[in-house]
Amino acid sequence: MTLVAEIPHDVARRGRFAVVLEPWTYLSPALVIIATVLVVPLVIGISYSLRKFSAFRSEYVGLGQYRTMLGDEVLHGALFNTLWWTAGSLFFQFFLGLGLALLLNRPFHGRKLVQGLVFLPWAVPTFLTGLTWTWLFNPVIGPLPHVFYAIGLQAEPVTILADPATAMWGPIIANVWFGIPFFAITLLAARKSIPAELYEAAAIDGASAWQQFTKVTLPFLAPTIAITVMLRTVWIATFADLIFVMTAGGPAGSTNTIATYIYVSAFRALDKGYASAVAVLLLVLLIIYALIVIQIRRTLMKDS
Amino acid sequence: MVGRTPLQRLLGNIGLYGAVFLYVAFALLPIYWTVKISVTPENLLYSEGIRLWPSRVTFANYASVLKATDFPRFFLNSLIVSLSTALIVTVVASLAGYALSRFRFRGKAWVSLVLLLTQTFPLVMVIPPIFRIMSQLGLTDNLYGLIVIYTAFNIAFATFLMQSFFDGVPKDLEEAAMIDGCTRVMALRRIILPLTLPGMGATVAFVFTAAWSELLFALMLINSDDQKTFSVGLLTFIGKFAVDWGQMMAASVMALIPVCIFFMFLQRYLVTGLTAGAVKG
Amino acid sequence: MASVTLRNVSKVFGPVNVLSGIDLTIEDGEFVVLVGPSGCGKSTLLRTIAGLEEATGGEIRIGDRKVNDVAPRDRDIAMVFQSYALYPHMDVANNMGFSLALRKEKPETIGKRINEVSGKLGLGALLARLPKQLSGGQRQRVAMGRAIVRDPKVFLFDEPLSNLDAKLRAQMRTEIKALHQSLKTTSIYVTHDQIEAMTMANRIVVMHDGLVQQVGPPLELYDYPANIFVAGFIGSPTMNFIEGMVTLKDGAGVRLADGTIIGITAGLHVTEGQVVTIGMRPEHLHLADAGIAGEVMVVEPLGMNTQITLTVMGDRLTLMAMDRPKIAPCDPVKLAIESSNVHVFNKLTGQRIG
Repeated sequence: MTLVAEIPHDVARRGRFAVVLEPWTYLSPALVIIATVLVVPLVIGISYSLRKFSAFRSEYVGLGQYRTMLGDEVLHGALFNTLWWTAGSLFFQFFLGLGLALLLNRPFHGRKLVQGLVFLPWAVPTFLTGLTWTWLFNPVIGPLPHVFYAIGLQAEPVTILADPATAMWGPIIANVWFGIPFFAITLLAARKSIPAELYEAAAIDGASAWQQFTKVTLPFLAPTIAITVMLRTVWIATFADLIFVMTAGGPAGSTNTIATYIYVSAFRALDKGYASAVAVLLLVLLIIYALIVIQIRRTLMKDS
Repeated sequence: MVGRTPLQRLLGNIGLYGAVFLYVAFALLPIYWTVKISVTPENLLYSEGIRLWPSRVTFANYASVLKATDFPRFFLNSLIVSLSTALIVTVVASLAGYALSRFRFRGKAWVSLVLLLTQTFPLVMVIPPIFRIMSQLGLTDNLYGLIVIYTAFNIAFATFLMQSFFDGVPKDLEEAAMIDGCTRVMALRRIILPLTLPGMGATVAFVFTAAWSELLFALMLINSDDQKTFSVGLLTFIGKFAVDWGQMMAASVMALIPVCIFFMFLQRYLVTGLTAGAVKG
Repeated sequence: MASVTLRNVSKVFGPVNVLSGIDLTIEDGEFVVLVGPSGCGKSTLLRTIAGLEEATGGEIRIGDRKVNDVAPRDRDIAMVFQSYALYPHMDVANNMGFSLALRKEKPETIGKRINEVSGKLGLGALLARLPKQLSGGQRQRVAMGRAIVRDPKVFLFDEPLSNLDAKLRAQMRTEIKALHQSLKTTSIYVTHDQIEAMTMANRIVVMHDGLVQQVGPPLELYDYPANIFVAGFIGSPTMNFIEGMVTLKDGAGVRLADGTIIGITAGLHVTEGQVVTIGMRPEHLHLADAGIAGEVMVVEPLGMNTQITLTVMGDRLTLMAMDRPKIAPCDPVKLAIESSNVHVFNKLTGQRIG
């Protein structure tokens, strides 16, 4: 079988230097764009976190902003909400997406059409999603409160977005609606790449459908699951659009996540320095999380 | 599968189609609702709020959106931005994805890691610095600035997608082409790219939808009405005075159409393309 | 057409020496087969000659020209891949004509050449088909057609028959050999199948662990293997090996563990008591009244001969009888062999002594 070429070969008397350079030539546009548009501002943003901004000037305060963060009650609430928001969205998206992927893996009438339809939510602009779901939750113009009331989930048909205790579920449900296709597509693709013989062998060996799922499907899907979950978690955690449109962080800060909090701090309160510090916190948390997941995935890949 | 009784088979099918129905209904409900509101006459909006379909259907909302608002302009702006972003990103990501798929070189793991980590940058954190840089470059309040930013944010995932698609094309083919007389670039152009066309189409669709729906940056960077994308335009519908929901929903439906069609056709390639590359990342 | 010369070619992948000090001269018009087990480096060597891998050290010449730094496209070679590597989106005619189109040949020239070659390979009716519409054997022929159309200096084959069923493989072997006889292009062919090597090669290069074990015409390798590896690799069923000690008392011989003495050729470079490994081809062993004692394990009648597996001193021995002896499993038998047919190898180095 063909070995992976260590170095590509249309050498044509260019010498080793040009050969080593080749992959980088292909990568350069991407890397340059990312470096200038993302990395540089990021570094600047981090530098902002060491300053305090007010009306027309800024002063260097070292770690002052970070100290303020420690005492910021609203921030603590936002951290908690972020966890709630991320975990809740992810949990339902993932499992429903997985279920959908497995469903679409089976042949049935009209599957192509169904596949096209169930992936539509991903194409809908997110703030539109937020708006529409706000409508759906509103008892005057949407059906859901009445449905909830009818099945006993609510004492009376009101919008769940108005009650601090239930408000978070609004954006979560909207986010789940939006995110199912992402998992469904990637998991379906991964599921399809598992050779059929493995299932046949398992069936002959006496495995039930559940055992086939746990012993064949899950191990094979594990690396894909790791990476999609990680990506989606990060996207969700930094996702402010949906919440902003549906509840603007309220009521009473019950849906305020770090992302919305940063937005508010930066653009309402005009203290860019503080917003940047909070953002740095978020960044650090996410990087740690990402590295952990990557490590897990590497161990998974080694075993497979 | 052999070994199931007719009853089991029947129950299995009921379960299958039942689940499918639920998923489809769930997926379509908000979209359906948006369409419903868009064809509801204004005076019936609140009184018939929870009906499944209004008693009287009107297309007046669509007409007024098209004629009396800036919406067509917003739509065009969004189209320009999203299409440009999608095309640029796909080209850049194809090159990068190809490099990651075909070459083994030192630093490869680092590149993948960096690309992955750029996804963790909170948009909000980079907005103030980007705003400052953009205004110094004169890129605020126009579409070019948006294109630049959207491109940067989408490159990582698009590269990941393209790498998967390239992984699905056997390396033999390039080698055969290079022996037949191609340079690597020629082999890429004449042999490999035609085979990854579905994958590229899927990437274009993916980036297009991402750019189409972006709100925050557009909100931050654009002020003049004639440069607004439709996402910002829609939000200002709310800001103004009494919200005209019917018009808003009509505008939304029209904005949804290209994306939904685009996506519906190309998601199939996403699945088949990713399968071929066996989504190993 | 040209010769191919390799001088001290080596290839290193990280900590692994995939190829070490390869010295080889392939004459103009020769059909050379590189053969060896998986991982021996034969494919790497082929790909290095093709320019798909870069040699870490040494010199590669095609004709008189040093090609170490020359791109594959400029080496004037053609390659047939194990997976055929046909361009899926082009039909057969375009696949075959691709290289000529790249060279900007006139369409009439290209068309003529394609017709010529497809005629030779029986592909005329398939010219408009796509690769996915062809059977395995047809694809293989298109791959060869693509290579032939180019009229290169050297043909390279990378296990082209591995993906075919046994019958088709035998058929294609003959066809490839006939093609070589008519085209007379220098050919380097890689395979792990020693039967392909034996039947097709002018010379065989046996490789193991990145080193050349032996080079020579098929029969020379068969009759005079240079070491135990080559002896065990070439020939099917495999040569039998037994250890013993040299005894020179009553003429040259080797004493086996059970005391039996096997006569060997006289005048070999051995010393009394030296531990050696002797090799005996299955067809040279015959049932006799005196000799090595063994018990029949399995009798496999092949029609024109009979393959008998025996247990001898705890090991297995294979015997190929040209007739149909009336024996059954568990029968005790004795085996004898002509001393001139006994190969003697140094046990420690594996090298041939005689």
